[in-house]
Amino acid sequence: MHTMTPRPAPEHHVTERQPEQPAIAARGLTRTFGEVTAVDELDLTIHRGEIYGLLGPNGAGKSTTVKMLCTLLAPTGGEATVAGYSIAGQPQEVRFHIGVALQDVALDPRQTGLELLRLQGQLYGLTDREIEQRLGDLRELVDLGDALERRIATYSGGMQRRLDLAAALVHNPDVLFLDEPTTGLDPISRARVWQEVRRLNHELGMTILLTTQYLEEVDELADRVGIVDAGRLVAEGTPSELKRSIGTDVVVARIDGNADDARHALRDVFGIVAVDGHGQELTMSVDDGASTIGAVAIAFHDASVRVRDLILRTPTLDDVFLEMTGAHIDTQEDPS
Amino acid sequence: MTAAPIMYGTERTAAPDVAHARPAGMLHDVRTVAGRALRAVPRDLESIIPPVLIAFFFFIVNIGTLENLTQNNVGGFDYTAFEMATAILLGVTGVSRAQALVIDVQNGYFDRLLLTPVRRSAILIGHMVADVSVSATLCVPILALAFALGIDFRTGLLGVVAFVAIASLWSLAFAGFGYAIALKTGNPAAVNSSFLLFFPFLFLTSSYVPRSQLSGWLDTVAGWNPVTYLLAGMRSLTLSGWHWDDLGRAALALALVFLVSFTLCFAALRSRINRR
Repeated sequence: MHTMTPRPAPEHHVTERQPEQPAIAARGLTRTFGEVTAVDELDLTIHRGEIYGLLGPNGAGKSTTVKMLCTLLAPTGGEATVAGYSIAGQPQEVRFHIGVALQDVALDPRQTGLELLRLQGQLYGLTDREIEQRLGDLRELVDLGDALERRIATYSGGMQRRLDLAAALVHNPDVLFLDEPTTGLDPISRARVWQEVRRLNHELGMTILLTTQYLEEVDELADRVGIVDAGRLVAEGTPSELKRSIGTDVVVARIDGNADDARHALRDVFGIVAVDGHGQELTMSVDDGASTIGAVAIAFHDASVRVRDLILRTPTLDDVFLEMTGAHIDTQEDPS
Repeated sequence: MTAAPIMYGTERTAAPDVAHARPAGMLHDVRTVAGRALRAVPRDLESIIPPVLIAFFFFIVNIGTLENLTQNNVGGFDYTAFEMATAILLGVTGVSRAQALVIDVQNGYFDRLLLTPVRRSAILIGHMVADVSVSATLCVPILALAFALGIDFRTGLLGVVAFVAIASLWSLAFAGFGYAIALKTGNPAAVNSSFLLFFPFLFLTSSYVPRSQLSGWLDTVAGWNPVTYLLAGMRSLTLSGWHWDDLGRAALALALVFLVSFTLCFAALRSRINRR
């Protein structure tokens, strides 16, 4: 297993950036809970200033990965550095450089929004003047208006999530972890979070690790995407690279009857790169969809396969996930 | 699959001078955590008003019930002054932010604290500083009632300060058990159960009559109860003056309870933050 040499702790916590060091680097990162392996020898390199999307279904190990990288959870194997510091050997140094919005909002309902943000600034050692300046900056993001003066217990779920994100940003972290940041948000709030993520990345050069089960989210935001399944990284690349990797087009057929018969019928159709079956649905990666879809229809007809739908479209990251794991990403909520 | 090296945001745009996290001292961390805990107190009055009312109730009722009996049997005995130490301990024992801390654990805010560079011990010590402040404040109305009832401190103003300090430190020592349970279990109901310790500490002792009037098993148990020595030290400040042997035993008793409860609560803190 490749081991990494952690950077020695500097005298001052706020250090010069070292562009040659990745923002996040993990080698063989593993976490087990008893017999269950939540994260299985994960290798990850995230460049400074990059938005990296970790995509996978519930239980894939995304949140466990984030909790290890942000020092909340100790790895049981492997090593990782964040902002150049070892998560195992220099967790306190790591904490100075990261901001985290976990999947479940972590707020104190007895405080007001303003009190919480001020306290957050104090915990990171900001001066009162800096805190007030940051509150001014963050007001637009949280968009809570006068509600900032109210107790958090009175906030809606969306308001709490926006405040949670603002709390993660008070100290202008170098690396921001967003664990499913838009789950439960309405479309307008979701768009606002996406806009803020882009702004943080472009204007401040913030490195962002975003976990999500929403395909649109990584398509929209991520420079690169890692697809995780059962704790393993099964594919990695830019969204377009990943989509291209499974062919130019996708033909999806929903059929009645035996899927194996239908798959057999496609055996001799020219231009099909791969076929994945999921229940009564067959997904074909093809090089030239327009010329292949007709041949597919004829092949089904000749084999007496009853076809309910036959669709030609460009590949999505779900197709990539299907190709790699044999299953769809099971999103519980439509993010659009 | 490996992506080609790409230059991303930092390389594209230099960050302007923005506020970044920086190390703060232990004192800053403790003050910050204590400040938050103290700001929560006025919003959580239901946790501090009942103990004061209980203290008032028992103070008045016990004086009404036992004053004649004790004063007629012990020459030169001032039962009101004697009972004030018990009333104060009834008011401050169990007053702590342990319940608030366990709610932090439950709603995830404790994890948010752990994600910051705040010193882990400061999270606990900050809450305890708040507890001492609250306990000292709670002594004020009970003392006011005592003064209204004509109590005179033989040790003067300094004695009053020492009296409040002993009561507040006892409150803190007892609170250690609540914090230990809060951090170990993360369960509010379990924290409430720490109140059960209140009864043996506060009632199997010389709470209502002088130690000389206890007999049999109760006298034996009282001899092992640190609160007996605490009460003796506090009463000496009101009834007889600066008796260093009484105060020394009170300090030892306090130290013993501190040792046990703080060992437990800091062990529970270590266990919770060891990134299991």
